[in-house]
Amino acid sequence: MKRVYVNEKWCLGCHLCEYYCAFADTNETDMARALKDIKINPRIRIEEKDEVCFAVSCRHCREPLCVKGCITGALTISDGVITIDTDRCIGCYTCILCCPYGAISYSEGKTVRKCELCIRTSDKTPACVKGCPNGAIVFEERG
Amino acid sequence: MNEVRYVIIGNSAAGIGAVEKIRQLDKSGEIIIISSEPYHTYSRPLISYLLAGKTDEQKMKYRDDTFYERNNCLLLAGRSAQKIDPDTKCVILDDGSEISYDKLLVATGSSPFVPPIEGLDTVPDRHTFMSLDDAKGLQASLGRDKDVLILGAGLIGLKCAEGILDKVKSITVVDLAPRILSSILDTDGAALVQEHLENKGIRFILSSGVKRFDRGVAELDNGSTVNFDILVIAVGVRPNTKLLSGIAEIDRGIVINGRSETSAKDIYAAGDCTQTLDISSGQAKIMALLPNAYMQGECAGANMAGGDMSFEKAIPMNAIGFFGLHIITAGSYSGDTYTDKKDGSYKKLFYSNDRLNGYILIGHVDKAGIYTSLIREQIPLSSIDFSLVCEKPGLMAFTREVRSCKLGGAV
Repeated sequence: MKRVYVNEKWCLGCHLCEYYCAFADTNETDMARALKDIKINPRIRIEEKDEVCFAVSCRHCREPLCVKGCITGALTISDGVITIDTDRCIGCYTCILCCPYGAISYSEGKTVRKCELCIRTSDKTPACVKGCPNGAIVFEERG
Repeated sequence: MNEVRYVIIGNSAAGIGAVEKIRQLDKSGEIIIISSEPYHTYSRPLISYLLAGKTDEQKMKYRDDTFYERNNCLLLAGRSAQKIDPDTKCVILDDGSEISYDKLLVATGSSPFVPPIEGLDTVPDRHTFMSLDDAKGLQASLGRDKDVLILGAGLIGLKCAEGILDKVKSITVVDLAPRILSSILDTDGAALVQEHLENKGIRFILSSGVKRFDRGVAELDNGSTVNFDILVIAVGVRPNTKLLSGIAEIDRGIVINGRSETSAKDIYAAGDCTQTLDISSGQAKIMALLPNAYMQGECAGANMAGGDMSFEKAIPMNAIGFFGLHIITAGSYSGDTYTDKKDGSYKKLFYSNDRLNGYILIGHVDKAGIYTSLIREQIPLSSIDFSLVCEKPGLMAFTREVRSCKLGGAV
């Protein structure tokens, strides 16, 4: 299946992927207006230190520790894509305990958040990939 | 080849893990689940959320309503296994009926331990807190005019306290240990969480046990007394091993290997009823934890269905929160330490011999799984930027080559 892959050599550290991810949650047409004055809580996050930067989002593991560890059954895997049922998530953070990539995030008082590969959008291409100006994040089939 | 009949005793995480894995490998073999509780599979840790009104019986189902049908398995709910006959390979139920098996999984979980305290049977309103029925029983007793005494300041006792705090008049928690959550926290971490809980209105009496009960009065070791209307006993759990007594090797729990096999032929065991090797300490332990239960269960399922799977990375690990304060811990607490306290958060890492052994995070728990993976995978700390990862867990601490594998390679 197609997954999001990151090549840190090409990452500019511009954080646009984070903004496109947050924008994908809104129903607005203009990103600047949609995200004005809000603290974004994206499902893809840049790690950066000195000259090194790269984006991290859910790897959609074939043997997902988050799904196996989920105490409520809120995290499930279907056709290779791991999604979260926010009605069932109780915010216990067991998935954060389990994820070896640090790819599951949270915001206070809410359920956890993770990349779902934008499967609910019309063109089925993750917004972070479309928005990356330097081709550092790609969506493709690999081994 | 004849179809295989799989029998699973237990309808919680380990049993469900087995069903899901068996069905990946064997679409047609018969699966029978025996469950002493008369319910669809539900998430046991959610019973405190049920009392708090944050979930309901429908939402707390561990798998959706179509689970048994979708996986073509028969659930015998409300029936308990009384005996296993390994010679004739059958399980005898409470009504005397016999169910034969080709492969058997014992996933019977654990039971609350009720200590033999003088006068306990004079207490009219007493509860344990482990099952949905326990939660329903406690719920029926709750009231704004009730004083509650919880025996045990562990995970179960304190989740219970959180769940019912605003539904009762007062909660007093008594524990023999000198600190709360003594199985997962050190002294400093426990003090921080205790203060948070005290600020919410929970009262603690530590380093003290109950000497005797006289109806609604508990007389403590230290000479003081506590008056209460409702007693919750949450001092610990014991693995349900009885069914395999005399059949397979049992230590404190049912002894299993990395393939979830017991010492008896064609009998597997998984979850809270077992004891396994904790790789972070090298000791055999009972790790009554849902993620481990699921993974042992799926491993059993794979091997029952003729596959070859092993789960040899078990470590103690917990994610738990109280009134918005999150705690994530894993591994064992030995070796040198790195400690960081700021803004109400607490972090302590334990390491020795070039390996991370364990960690405690309270408050700020971002990317805790990076630490968990260092323990589980036994990553040499000399191969990563350890001082960076101490400060801030992330993939940044790994080399560029490792990172390119993690973010660009097969998963």
